[in-house]
Amino acid sequence: MINSPFVRKPASVQQVMLQVLLALVPGIAAYVWFFGAGILVQLTLASAAALAGEAAMLAIRGKPKALFLSDLSAIVTAWLIALTFPPIVPWWLTVTATLLAIVVVKQLYGGLGQNPFNPAMAAFCLMIVAYPALMSQWPAAGQLDFSSQLQLIFGGIRQVDAITGATPLDALRTALRAAANPDSQLHGLRASQLMDGPAYGMLGGKGGEWVALGFLLGGLWLLQRRIITWHIPGAFCLALAASAGLLWAVRPEGFASPVFHLASGGAMLGAFFILTDPVSGATTPRGKLLFAAGAGVLTFVIRAFGAYPDGVAFATLLMNLCVPLIDMNTQAPVFGHKKD
Amino acid sequence: MLTALLVMTAVALVLGALLGYASLKFKVEGDPLVEKIDAILPQTQCGQCGFPGCRPYATAIASGEADINQCPPGGEEGIRKLADLLGREFKSLSEEHGVEKPKSVAVIDENTCIGCTLCIQACPVDAIVGAAKQLHTVVAGECTGCELCVAPCPVDCIAMEPITETVDTWKWRYPVIQIKQAA
Amino acid sequence: MLRKLFKFHGGVKPQTHKAESTTQPIARVPLPERLVIPLHQAVGGHPRPLVAPGDKVFKGQRIGGADGSLSSAVHASTSGIVRDVAPALMPHTSGLTTLSVIIEPDGEDRWGELDKVNYRTTPPDELRDFLRDAGVVGLGGAVFPSYAKLKPGKEGRLKTLVINGAECEPFITCDDLLMRERADDMLKGIVAMRHMLQAEEVLIGIEDNKPEAVAAVQAAIAASGQSGIQAVAIPTRYPAGGAKQLIRVLTGIEVPHGRRSTDFGVQCFNVGTAYSIYEALEFGRPLISRVVTVAGNVDQPRNYEVLIGTPMDHVVRLSGARPDTDRYIMGGPMMGVRLPAFDVPVVKATNCILVGSPALFPPPPPEMPCIRCGECAKACPADLAPFEMYWFSRSKNFGKAQEYHLFDCIECGCCSFVCPSHIPLVDYFRFSKSEIWARERDKSSSDAARDRFEFKNFRQEREKQEKAEKLAAKAAATREKVAADNQAGTASPAAEAPDTAKPAAPSAEDTKRALIAAAMEKARQQKAQVAPKNTEQLSAETQADIDAIEARRAASAATPPTPDA
Ligand code: SF4
Ligand code: SF4
Ligand code: SF4
Ligand code: SF4
Repeated sequence: MINSPFVRKPASVQQVMLQVLLALVPGIAAYVWFFGAGILVQLTLASAAALAGEAAMLAIRGKPKALFLSDLSAIVTAWLIALTFPPIVPWWLTVTATLLAIVVVKQLYGGLGQNPFNPAMAAFCLMIVAYPALMSQWPAAGQLDFSSQLQLIFGGIRQVDAITGATPLDALRTALRAAANPDSQLHGLRASQLMDGPAYGMLGGKGGEWVALGFLLGGLWLLQRRIITWHIPGAFCLALAASAGLLWAVRPEGFASPVFHLASGGAMLGAFFILTDPVSGATTPRGKLLFAAGAGVLTFVIRAFGAYPDGVAFATLLMNLCVPLIDMNTQAPVFGHKKD
Repeated sequence: MLTALLVMTAVALVLGALLGYASLKFKVEGDPLVEKIDAILPQTQCGQCGFPGCRPYATAIASGEADINQCPPGGEEGIRKLADLLGREFKSLSEEHGVEKPKSVAVIDENTCIGCTLCIQACPVDAIVGAAKQLHTVVAGECTGCELCVAPCPVDCIAMEPITETVDTWKWRYPVIQIKQAA
Repeated sequence: MLRKLFKFHGGVKPQTHKAESTTQPIARVPLPERLVIPLHQAVGGHPRPLVAPGDKVFKGQRIGGADGSLSSAVHASTSGIVRDVAPALMPHTSGLTTLSVIIEPDGEDRWGELDKVNYRTTPPDELRDFLRDAGVVGLGGAVFPSYAKLKPGKEGRLKTLVINGAECEPFITCDDLLMRERADDMLKGIVAMRHMLQAEEVLIGIEDNKPEAVAAVQAAIAASGQSGIQAVAIPTRYPAGGAKQLIRVLTGIEVPHGRRSTDFGVQCFNVGTAYSIYEALEFGRPLISRVVTVAGNVDQPRNYEVLIGTPMDHVVRLSGARPDTDRYIMGGPMMGVRLPAFDVPVVKATNCILVGSPALFPPPPPEMPCIRCGECAKACPADLAPFEMYWFSRSKNFGKAQEYHLFDCIECGCCSFVCPSHIPLVDYFRFSKSEIWARERDKSSSDAARDRFEFKNFRQEREKQEKAEKLAAKAAATREKVAADNQAGTASPAAEAPDTAKPAAPSAEDTKRALIAAAMEKARQQKAQVAPKNTEQLSAETQADIDAIEARRAASAATPPTPDA
């Protein structure tokens, strides 16, 4: 029996997810342009694994398969995994990570809408802990052609240490630490001077900054489509820039500039696509601000003082933990109970 | 290793002592458990549980003399709540105590009533009004539907009528979750 | 002319579908064969029937009298004969019946004698009673008795009287047409209300998708020469016509749930109500008809002046329902009520008969889990977090749902409208609300039962005690008597205690035992008399017998209870 309202806005989870996927396209295009088509292989691998894992779990849990497979939420998770992992990780790593994300982090917690953690970020953290070496090999822009990428992804032998390095974020941190060391030959150099190398572009990592720009573009489109609100990306970027800027202003020789932080690593992807995952994020406007600001500061702290190449994943998970508390304490006053 | 063990033991002891002290210090007067159980019981006061009213049954449950599945008017939901409160397993209503029935009220056939007052004496909640040799009526709002007045009536003029739903008591149903296979 | 308008949070913009039914003027509906007039049509107590089957009634004759502190009278909508006063299906989703007066029109449509008042000279209290007996209730859909709202707050005067012509629900145009066609008369009703409420200013809020209505009302205001009355065009956004939202838009005041708006210096009435107040005060005509929009799956959507009690299908026929019609909805598509049948009567709450079909209002796609996207919260005009309330309603954690202000929900349907997971959120809220109400009812009745039970026990205890005291007094008296007898040298005390084995040398102890034994014996005899009652065949004689027994029982009422009873 259907009761009012009898009319509905033509909206669906599938549509929302589809728009998120579309918004990722500019970033992916930049990725392919600068880093080669290997990422497309990873995207396909992850998508296939996600669908397979989701289908299996839905079958086990006795849920309607067609309905939930077509909601595209698994694909979004898969793409985020592929986009945050190094593009040349072996195929089994991508597949395992995606399966973990879908089966354990999403479905075992109850499936769509029930997972307290962002599945993609949880998988990222698990993998970086389990395979730190594989997860830290990033090719520089234009360094590898498609066939060598394929070989790295599917081939058994990996001798990539020679040709790949850390992310610009990682490299700059190492360099900055070295610069602080009086014995090092880099001693006394500032971040801007250190960034003169071929791995760096104008703002962040070479090529990486364009990818970030692509994600920013897609994110702005999502904002315009009202799929996401300004709160999370705004607060995240502000908090990241502010905390980075503060230390940079105090000690410019020891820290990278806020612009570099915003343009490198997963900052843009995180701001517009990862932290904005509604399921595991805060929901009230004030809560979103808190949640994203916390993630921004944490990201910077982990980047500047931690041992991992990027901080977005850990920051996201840590803030996911706080969501119930944040939501509970940031409920807006309801109609007629406002003090204005 | 040994120090760790010792520290743990010490902490455990201190915590235990604290807890013990707290339980003594904050011991609640009266028996709130009986109150809580009584609050769950439907207050029909029918005695089907084997006790003369809901409160005695509550006391018996609290002291462990009675099981939680003896109250037919409370039904499954009542048992569930009791099980929840007492941290016990749910069990279905014990058959010897009766079956769950729709809530009813007693109606006295005023043409037959002889005004014998037997029902008045039987009613646990004084829901029947009338004096000796006068027509008796049930105040429907106060009748709990316990049926205790039915048997004593010498002329069998009391019938139990299920309460019918009105707009004021009508309830919206739980929305059916229809997850159909998307074609 | 330009007023500062305020915004309310959220809201949605569904397709309005209003143009279809505004092309033609309000039409009259021919008399149906039968009118079914439910006695309970408004918020408050159930009016009691004032007519019996077979009675002849006039048009406008009161057939249901207001009962209780909040109630509103009901009238015959035409002249005719009362065929029955019986439960009939009412226009409500439940499909329940309610006591209704069924009238067979005689075709003459003759008014009876009507009471009239002069609203300028009559004291407000009497005017309110008059309006109660004229059956005037809010016609916007809430059907709250208007007389109860026509009381100014504590200060005896009101700042703003808000007149609701917003009509934000899609499809419905009855207020629009009423304002276009009867703005002058409606305005007279407004002036009367303003007088009763001593209102400083009057604001008539009309959504800006009804320029004709705005123009008509403005023309009427100008023609009337009244000052302090303003027709204000407000942005079209559902639910701008919700009383609270409209008050917010026009005055910036937010009236919280559970508070009276007069406490904040405002009061809100529907334009239709204003018109019926005019009819009542000017001509003494009670509320027996209203403007109803027929829209949706019909060939010619249109507004009709319909007598209360007319079967809906009788009205819809005039607009030509299409063959795939599968249901009628009372009200609009956002908040309307799904009806259990086609022939339920038009009542005072019927602003629209929305004719539905599977094509027009397709069933929602399957419900998916909530993804916490917050769309519902963005759309909620009451600033609630529907997904939280949904979560707790779904798990029947009603206490928690209430903490998230479940009862502030106005059931506007915005949240269900926008939810990408197609969750029938409002259904969950309705379910929770009625469940909570039921629990409160159960709780208060079981609390009452507990109190009464405890009181009865206490009373019995007290009676027992009193009896014991009486008995003790009696025993003392007897003892004295026995002692006196003994002194007088009476041979045997056996007369007092026939069962006593030791008649001789009675001590005080023995006397007492003897008394108890005597009492027991008496009780046993009495029990024996009562026990063999014939409960099977009850003839006049037996009844007489029983009466006799009862007499005896009554006579021996002071006997102490038997120990084994
Ligand atoms: S069985 Fe009757 S008396 Fe016993 S607890 Fe239930 S309602 Fe009360
Ligand atoms: S009237 Fe009868 S059924 Fe109702 S409470 Fe009293 S004894 Fe029980
Ligand atoms: S709109 Fe629907 S899916 Fe989104 S938060 Fe609200 S209930 Fe959940
Ligand atoms: S139905 Fe209730 S919860 Fe939903 S939008 Fe309207 S007021 Fe808010």
